[in-house]
Amino acid sequence: MIKFSDDRLAKVQELVSHYPEGKQKSALLPVLHIAQEQFGGWLSTETMDYVASLLHIEPIEVYEVATFYSMYNLKPVGKYMFEVCQTGPCMLNGSDQIIDYIKQTLGIGVGETTPDGMFSLKTVECLGACGYAPMMQLGKTFRENLTKEKVDAIIEECRRTAATNN
Amino acid sequence: MGRKLLLEKAHVEGIRGYEVYRREGGYRSVEKALKSMTPDQVTDEVKKSGLRGRGGAGFPTGMKWSFIAKPEGVPRHLVCNADESEPGTFKDRYLMEFIPHLLIEGLIVSSFALGSNVTYIYIRGEYAWITDILEQAIAEAKQNGWLGKNILGTGFDLEIYVHRGAGAYICGEETALLESLEGKRGNPRIKPPFPAVKGVWDRPTVVNNVETLAAVVPIINFGSEEYAKIGVGKSTGTKLISACGNINKPGVYEIDMTISVEEFIYSDEYCGGIPNGKKLKACIPGGSSVPILPANLLLKTAKGDTRIMNYESLADGGFPKGSMMGSGGFIVFDEDQCVVRHTLTLARFYRHESCGQCSPCREGTGWMEKILKNIECGKGKISDIDLLWDIQRKIEGNTICPLGDAAAWPVAAAIRHFRDEFEWHVTHAEEAQKRNYGLAHYADPLVVA
Ligand SMILES: Cc1cc2nc3c(=O)[nH]c(=O)nc-3n(C[C@H](O)[C@H](O)[C@H](O)COP(=O)(O)O)c2cc1C
Ligand code: SF4
Ligand code: FES
Repeated sequence: MIKFSDDRLAKVQELVSHYPEGKQKSALLPVLHIAQEQFGGWLSTETMDYVASLLHIEPIEVYEVATFYSMYNLKPVGKYMFEVCQTGPCMLNGSDQIIDYIKQTLGIGVGETTPDGMFSLKTVECLGACGYAPMMQLGKTFRENLTKEKVDAIIEECRRTAATNN
Repeated sequence: MGRKLLLEKAHVEGIRGYEVYRREGGYRSVEKALKSMTPDQVTDEVKKSGLRGRGGAGFPTGMKWSFIAKPEGVPRHLVCNADESEPGTFKDRYLMEFIPHLLIEGLIVSSFALGSNVTYIYIRGEYAWITDILEQAIAEAKQNGWLGKNILGTGFDLEIYVHRGAGAYICGEETALLESLEGKRGNPRIKPPFPAVKGVWDRPTVVNNVETLAAVVPIINFGSEEYAKIGVGKSTGTKLISACGNINKPGVYEIDMTISVEEFIYSDEYCGGIPNGKKLKACIPGGSSVPILPANLLLKTAKGDTRIMNYESLADGGFPKGSMMGSGGFIVFDEDQCVVRHTLTLARFYRHESCGQCSPCREGTGWMEKILKNIECGKGKISDIDLLWDIQRKIEGNTICPLGDAAAWPVAAAIRHFRDEFEWHVTHAEEAQKRNYGLAHYADPLVVA
């Protein structure tokens, strides 16, 4: 059985308190974010069932939501996920070339993860950074005005962080 | 230089924190509204100011507020729309990131006017760090007595909570947003009933954009009359424009709505012209959903007047020869850009974001994307262009929510103004495939239907 850490459980309780009595389902999206963060960056069926039991809703209500929103991953992803924007305004500033460069450098295609489980590449639609294009989302951060050199530096940074955390 | 009402203080050192914000005159509008005005007087001021919703539709804000139902014993809610996902738009993010207390201040005054004791900010999930900034600002406001019970001893109670979305453009549509706030898929609701009568949890609800709610602060501080003096006609006050694409100085600009489009693009105060001395080809002036305009129609209206950056002037000429102010997402194309390719990225965007409830939208957006992909890759036929036109017409007006229209309009406008470019892709198939910015060169292996 999986279980949230105590501080996360407290956070869930707090989130539920933001909504009226009996409307605890409203906390579902924020709680799924917490779940994804704690349980390896994706939502397994076990995780979703656990969230359903916490919020006293049916598992199907959680699956419906988890499959609708693009930020929830329904299968395992790399430790670092490069989510590169490919919509019009980013395209005008060369997002295609950046996507291409990441593919070459990491040796993976869109939707794939490197064999060592370090990096995944995903293309996404406009993230609200069109003036700082091309850009990608990496965890909770936006990396903007990307160039090939910046991509190299970001990859290097991820490898270093991973090494020091191990 | 135009007058700034929202971003004037955005770059004062430390303005993100409460102390500096307050020292610079922050929260005065709350004191004024709560202590010396009734909720109806606040609504009236907003009405008289001429403020129009900054989320895209431009609906008069004061009028919207006056529609809210007030059944006895049923709580009402204000919900701030911070979903900001329309391609080309990144102004709300800027406001929240640099001057978060301005939004909180606007929310307090607006909640007072509407009688909302629990107000939510629905923010797109990708703006994770901005969620932290807002939560910090809310905590500071609360510590200093601007939130909580009996604010300023007036008997008004208010809590503000941030609700994080999880990646879905459609949740910017107000009824989808309410569904999402209830912890469901973002499927738009059929209207009526309107949110003002039956909104979140069936309670009367007003949904307003971030910039709209922030603008309530200067309206209360300076008075509606002063506010309405800025701008022209029905375009009062200032507007945030997020400028991007091929310009020297992309970013967020606060304009008063009297400057010309030409000045906005070329002056150093704003976009600073087009990089590398290239020529202006086209522009989408109000976010991806509004019609693209070729340079000649952009700078001058159909009548030959100078086109101004405001609601009326940008819309002059209707869809055949004009566009819209929309969300203020201003996307500029230089002479080397391919309109077909750009339209394809937008078609893909709308296909990806369609919630799938209505068949014209669900099927039509995917169909348009496939045809555009074929044309862009030099695999299209001339008849495909007419087919595209036909599909977009059949989507428009035939769906539950306006996402269908938003998907149809960019395709219609691209064909209307750049038909020759579509035809070129068909007649010069080989070149279309080889161009270095062409899809065939960069994207994944094509699965052409
Ligand atoms: C598909 C779609 C997406 C939308 N996205 C947003 C958005 O991201 N932000 C926003 O403020 N309004 C958005 N809107 C408009 C909202 O439905 C609503 O009109 C607006 O939030 C009202 O606020 P306002 O009157 O202050 O402009 C969207 C509408 C549609 C149809
Ligand atoms: S128009 Fe599209 S997004 Fe809107 S309700 Fe219909 S299918 Fe969903
Ligand atoms: S188009 Fe890439 S962030 Fe908007």
